[in-house]
Amino acid sequence: MAVVSSESVPVANETDVVTVRRRVREVAGTLGLSLVDQTKVVTAASELARNTLLHGGGGTMELTTLNGPRLGIRLTFEDKGPGIPDIQLALRDGFTTGSGLGLGLGGAKRLVNEFEVVSRVGEGTKVTIVRWK
Amino acid sequence: MEKIPILRMGEFLLATIQVDMHDRLALALQDDLTTRISETGARGVLIDISSLEIVDSFIGRMLGNIAAMSRVLDAQTVVVGMRPAVAITLVELGMSLTGVKTALNVDAGMELLHSAVDGEREFYGSRI
Repeated sequence: MAVVSSESVPVANETDVVTVRRRVREVAGTLGLSLVDQTKVVTAASELARNTLLHGGGGTMELTTLNGPRLGIRLTFEDKGPGIPDIQLALRDGFTTGSGLGLGLGGAKRLVNEFEVVSRVGEGTKVTIVRWK
Repeated sequence: MEKIPILRMGEFLLATIQVDMHDRLALALQDDLTTRISETGARGVLIDISSLEIVDSFIGRMLGNIAAMSRVLDAQTVVVGMRPAVAITLVELGMSLTGVKTALNVDAGMELLHSAVDGEREFYGSRI
């Protein structure tokens, strides 16, 4: 899997979440993803960026474009927040520790081709998603 | 702070969302619309989201909240202009906007609001 380009976008406040959406949209468009696939990956990014901000206390998004075997976009959201004690539970629809609907993590997973969560309690959380063209 | 403008058209309120909203702006719209319904006695609210490139769970929840709050204040809410890609994504995300009336465009939305409000009048009128 060859990395074509990579950049880091801060996720420190609500305006950054809007920037994340815009940047992901631009890159997904440049890669030639269909409009529906662009919309799915931007929506997933919006959910995960909000999680990073609200549950992780802020962090970063690493945006990488991939070439091989296909073109794709990979997003890695990383924070140094409290971590997720039970990932299976956090992925379940309707489960929430905050005031949201509990669709963020599980919903984002349904919108992409690859999804991985690595989390350590007290150390932080890293969520990686890939949408292939 | 920037705001989404709310226009009054007779007994209806009209909000057109033309910017990518951060969460606080979405919450402000929810509060503003609820306040305006109560101030004006509006019978209907039309929200045009045709400019929105995505609706995530937060915006979806806001639309549901506005519909629920307006119902309690005796007004109907119609969300119009959702893009097809947004509709597909929203349902896969797990949100079906239960309880939110929708129409394809502003014209169809206004028609829906008129018939809903007229229908209520007939219903209550027949009992007096």
